[in-house]
Amino acid sequence: MTTIYSARKIITMNPARPYVTHVAVHDGRILGAGSLKELEGFGTYSLDERFANKILMPGMVEGHSHAVEGKWWRYVYCGYHDRMDPHGKVWSGLTSIDEVIARLQEKDATLDNSTEALTGWAIDPIYYDNRKINRFDLDRVSTTRAIGVMHASGHIMNVNTKALELADYLRQGIEHDGVPLGDDGLPTGELKGPDVMFPVGQQAGFDDNMLEFDEPGLIDFARLCVRTGVTTATDLAAELNDDTVDMGNRITGADDFPVRIMSLRFHHGVTPEELITHTKALAKKSTDRFRLGKIKVIADGSIQGFSARLNWPGYYNGAPNGLWYIAPQQMLSIYEMALEAGIQVHTHTNGDEATDLVLDTLEAALKKHPCSHHRFTIQHGQMINAAQYRRMAKLNMCVNHFANHHFYWGDEHYRLTVGPERAERMNACRTALDNNIPMAIHSDAPVTPLSPLFTAWCAVNRLTHSGRTQGEHEKISIEEALYAITLGAAYTLNMDNEIGSIECGKQADFAVLEEDPTTVSAMALKDIKVWGTVQAGRVFAASNI
Amino acid sequence: MDAKQAGIAVTIIGGYLGSGKTTLLNHLLQHADGARLAIMVNDFGDLAIDAALIESQQGDVINLSGGCVCCSYGDDLSLSLQKLVSQEIKPDHVIIEASGVALPGAIGRSLSLQRAYRLEGIVVVADASTVQANASEKYIGDTVSRQLYDADLLVLNKLDLLPTAEVESLKQWLAEQSRYASIIEAVHCSVPSSLLFNMSLVNVPDSWPDSWPDKRPDKRHDTRLAMPADSLVGIEPNNHDVSVYVSLSIKPSFAMNAHALAEQLAHKRLALIRAKGFVRDTNNQLKTIQVVGRRWSVTDAPEGAQPGMVCIAQKNDMTEHAIKALFSADAAISI
Repeated sequence: MTTIYSARKIITMNPARPYVTHVAVHDGRILGAGSLKELEGFGTYSLDERFANKILMPGMVEGHSHAVEGKWWRYVYCGYHDRMDPHGKVWSGLTSIDEVIARLQEKDATLDNSTEALTGWAIDPIYYDNRKINRFDLDRVSTTRAIGVMHASGHIMNVNTKALELADYLRQGIEHDGVPLGDDGLPTGELKGPDVMFPVGQQAGFDDNMLEFDEPGLIDFARLCVRTGVTTATDLAAELNDDTVDMGNRITGADDFPVRIMSLRFHHGVTPEELITHTKALAKKSTDRFRLGKIKVIADGSIQGFSARLNWPGYYNGAPNGLWYIAPQQMLSIYEMALEAGIQVHTHTNGDEATDLVLDTLEAALKKHPCSHHRFTIQHGQMINAAQYRRMAKLNMCVNHFANHHFYWGDEHYRLTVGPERAERMNACRTALDNNIPMAIHSDAPVTPLSPLFTAWCAVNRLTHSGRTQGEHEKISIEEALYAITLGAAYTLNMDNEIGSIECGKQADFAVLEEDPTTVSAMALKDIKVWGTVQAGRVFAASNI
Repeated sequence: MDAKQAGIAVTIIGGYLGSGKTTLLNHLLQHADGARLAIMVNDFGDLAIDAALIESQQGDVINLSGGCVCCSYGDDLSLSLQKLVSQEIKPDHVIIEASGVALPGAIGRSLSLQRAYRLEGIVVVADASTVQANASEKYIGDTVSRQLYDADLLVLNKLDLLPTAEVESLKQWLAEQSRYASIIEAVHCSVPSSLLFNMSLVNVPDSWPDSWPDKRPDKRHDTRLAMPADSLVGIEPNNHDVSVYVSLSIKPSFAMNAHALAEQLAHKRLALIRAKGFVRDTNNQLKTIQVVGRRWSVTDAPEGAQPGMVCIAQKNDMTEHAIKALFSADAAISI
């Protein structure tokens, strides 16, 4: 059965016919895009005009997200900015610490048991004049239950006195950089870094594995995808043990599961040999909607956590250089074996020294296993400079930039972490494209909200939260940004042959929009309403998900 | 460091990739001598676990006969440590292998947040043939330097790969890098386990005999360390050891400031690898003193313990007179 959809406008990303009015779908794939008359040539069809007033564009591809966002929405949202949850409710941003407390108090009032933990997320004190939040603030919510609120960055957590007490942190004599102490010699309730946070986080209701999706969370993540026009999303760093894979296959295999999830095996906890063996085994379990068989390597930490590896002269505020999350020899082993086995590797770098290491390492590995179409991708690559892009071009590398970071933390980078000059060239999308680097842009959800149109807005406008344009010369056009969130991202996932554009033979993946992103003003890009998606020919209305 | 409650002793083994950490762990597993070791590794990788010894494996935990366990902690050490301590049978000693790029000092600091554990010492393994080059390497140079800086004890491994003439200058360089951590020289990391985490030192003597028996009180424990007081005895090296260790046993006759004594015993001038024992503090309470290289701790002594102290150093480094002087009547008054 063939269905031909009419639309106000269909943005195809196919330069031969960039805009059309009709698209024919058969068996979940695109028969063709063009005029109704052209498509009638395929034979019998039914005309579906429900999108006659809508704009269709290729289903958006989120090249760097974490499906765990779905799980986090079960915690109380404490962010500064308005944010939509999986059920479409927009939670208003909280503009003061008092408002954060009030929202937690609301939740507290709904809990029957006075000792049940209360868990929140996405708080960010940089919006409250960097006023430190302490345990006494959260004690205003409750002194009988443990309370923990994760910061938006994921690097810091605030807890109340009860949580400290239960984790046995409420005592004199703690000496740890990650546990600041008050005048009373006791922890203030601010906890920095995963090794410090996790033991208390457990008491405060965070589960053992804060980064891995669970069953209801994966379903909720998919709802968010529909609401934001995403038809393929990555779950970029997972352990992928047998149970998780079975669960992932079962959930995504449901007839009404609306998105394709690509989950990458991350390098921690196993040797390079085990990593390759496991990834090969995972590839065999890959299905259409649960794609497996790629590797994520993490090279360094984060810039705002001062754990990214920077080249000279290092951090603007003089903080010592960051940490390696992998030894160079291990990275080399992984790259060599992956190239040999035809496995694609995505590598997280934040600092420019980490990027240098990736380039040196890949260059060496390619000498041993020459390969021109490996599509090894740098994820984030926030500080990549022009010379590095030139090398990346020669090495046939791709990049996926963290465009959203500019808006949320650009001011911090300017003021504190890397200083004005380097902050202005962070996530240098223009230079990447000028060097013909295949490029995607991403949200790193749940660190920032999943919404490719917002991510496009960030890359096009390069505004920071305070309203400054940071790095005018690194702006890209709306067309380039739309390409980056469709075909650009598809290319980095080695899926551009099947998704990313609306043309004959590809998956029938569409984002259904209320307005035309190619004609709105650059500033309006983020406000375009998403009606829903079509994924492999199946229609999903956001209002009904 | 002072603590009322002594948690499970933890030794952190750090050092760059290829320095010999896993070799050291394998060696210790084979010489656990009946102690229940819990070995925490980033990945099982090259850990040589004799299949015949494996009683069971549940995911990231391998239970070995004899009570030892090996756990792969991946990227969540604190959670693994929590799980470990929640088990019914607690280990005697935990050994954490830091990843090749981890900073062992940072691991030690997070350990301080878990009261069930007590950091006994940070042992950093250095490959004699590559450590200097690694410390000036473009990418990992500062990481290697920071690892050396964190060491309480250094195992200078693969000495057979270094021309003899270069050993002294390397040791001098390492001493500066590590703030004068004590150095154990080794080949194939074959270090007597008693030097790093000897269970006989950790567990016994809970009671210190007034006169030293000719034979050890318990077969399980290493007599080589339970020597008559005021004697210097060589500890037999393993086959490949390039040096010989000696122990000095002392029975303090006076009450003394335990903190000051511990600090002195950990001072670089004594070059002690380990010291352990019980002393009567100035307030007449018996205290346990533990020294691992540069690190010392003082805790309340177990019931029934008697004053006595064992100090171990490499033979060439042993400063017998200086150590004895610490226990003299004059010293008891002055410190």
